[in-house]
Amino acid sequence: MELGNIEKILEKYFEATTTVDEERTLREYFSQDEVAPHLEQYKPMFNYFSMAKEEKYTKQVPLKPRVNYYKWLSVAAAVVLTFGIYFGNQYQETKRLEQEKAEYAYEETKKAFDLLAENFNRGTEKVAYLNEFEEAKQKIYNNN
Amino acid sequence: MKQTEFLNVVLPFQDKLYRLAKRLLVSREEAEDATQEILLKLWSKNESMGKYKNVEAFAMTMTKNFCLDRLKSKQAGNLKLVHSNYSDENTSLQKQLEAEDSVSWMERIMEDLPEQQKMILQLRDVEQYEFEEICELLDMKPTAVRVALSRARKTVREELIKKHNYGIG
Repeated sequence: MELGNIEKILEKYFEATTTVDEERTLREYFSQDEVAPHLEQYKPMFNYFSMAKEEKYTKQVPLKPRVNYYKWLSVAAAVVLTFGIYFGNQYQETKRLEQEKAEYAYEETKKAFDLLAENFNRGTEKVAYLNEFEEAKQKIYNNN
Repeated sequence: MKQTEFLNVVLPFQDKLYRLAKRLLVSREEAEDATQEILLKLWSKNESMGKYKNVEAFAMTMTKNFCLDRLKSKQAGNLKLVHSNYSDENTSLQKQLEAEDSVSWMERIMEDLPEQQKMILQLRDVEQYEFEEICELLDMKPTAVRVALSRARKTVREELIKKHNYGIG
């Protein structure tokens, strides 16, 4: 690139009328080792711009939260719900069985008591004869 | 949008976000935090990201606003941005050594520019954005951008000439 041209572009550059391409030409020119002595002073400027563009953002961004979190929350809710329904049903079932068992036991005990009562009654009937005996005995005593 | 997809969208310009943040906030740590903040904000909006036709411009605008807010709140709190990017300049030896280093000189010159000029210079001369893009990003008229850019470049030139004369003389 001839010097005259560079000077012209440089002039435009400071009036901010250069295009991006022309500015690239300037940067390229000033990145060379030998630069016209009277332009030497601009060298740091353009070299700095080129260099500044090299700087990189190196930090890792922790992008985990929110979206994934909600997704897993719904999964967890679904799991809890399924388990809840499953074990809930099981609980209801055992409760019902228990109730049935209790009712059955009640019926059986009632039957047993009925049987006992019946037999007792039969016992008292027989004891009634004893009364008869007692009466007779009293009569005899009274006569004497 | 999946995480990998998102990273692919963001990857081409995340360095630009960082450099703009660093230009404004100066401190590397502050700039890294700001960039992370912006990326996380983008990520939280990633559902609606398809709607923006230019995610990069959107992210750049977000970064600009975020950093300016940051600076404003720092100034309001009467706090100076603390940064350790260059070492203590009180010692004269250090100063001399650094004066040799044209890069840190340029950095210093850029730092002293008004924020708007800083941003324009960063967007144009470092990132090579077109004028229309800069207008859109900074919400400025094209002529205003040109004037500010020209002024910024001239200021840099003056400072460099001053330094150049010192350096040789």
